[in-house]
Amino acid sequence: MKNDEERMKELLRQALPGTGEDVEPKRDLWPSVLQRVSAPAAESVAAAPWFDWALLAGLVGFVALFPAAIPVVLYYL
Amino acid sequence: MPDAASTVVNQTRQSDEVLDRFRQGDVDAFEVVFREHQRIVYSWILRIVRDPPTAEDLTVETFWRIYRAHARFDPARGFAPWARRVATRAALDYLRTRRRETELTVETPAVAGPEPGIRAEMRSRIAQAMARLPAPLRVAALLALIEEQPHRQIADALGISVAAVKVRVFRAMRFLRKDLERQGIRP
Repeated sequence: MKNDEERMKELLRQALPGTGEDVEPKRDLWPSVLQRVSAPAAESVAAAPWFDWALLAGLVGFVALFPAAIPVVLYYL
Repeated sequence: MPDAASTVVNQTRQSDEVLDRFRQGDVDAFEVVFREHQRIVYSWILRIVRDPPTAEDLTVETFWRIYRAHARFDPARGFAPWARRVATRAALDYLRTRRRETELTVETPAVAGPEPGIRAEMRSRIAQAMARLPAPLRVAALLALIEEQPHRQIADALGISVAAVKVRVFRAMRFLRKDLERQGIRP
């Protein structure tokens, strides 16, 4: 039984040799990591639901048409 | 001139400071931590996925996950074991989502040359049998049997006990033996 196990392990090691100790990546990965780390801020702006943008556009339009209403809007905010 | 002991103390203090700044989300400190540990993380992932370009992509994914979780980092438990755990989870996610067709095209290992004493066809069949293993068993088998990593380290990386690692390795061996016997290969 023990011999079977050892033979099996040996077969596996011959078929799939180890990768070696502390292998280094071929390219500098830091720029890719930094890009991923910086991405969420940009993504969160783009990922805002459409109705948020519609509400903002409506508010800007309202303020452009009725500038006198700005103090009233600010009062209620 | 500072003696060796005080140099070690200073280095440890600097390292602790960097890890503390990383925990607060400092990107410069994160870069220092990344440069210090990327080799450990990359080698660990390569041992699991056995494909250098995939290991590079997963290293990036791992460090992104690490950065997102920076506030949860516990300095008392050390950075390397935590990084290995995050890396193992990323590699497992990759193995689970990888399509079966891709798995079956696995032929020879991409990272090392063929070993003498075993035919290419048999090597290919064994690699395919390994690829058919469920991801958690495959990871345990690769790390314990092929890469000969300590069971304690594998257990920490998988978030399971040493006994559970041994069970997974045993089940993987049984699964592989049956699979190979079905193909007419008697180990």
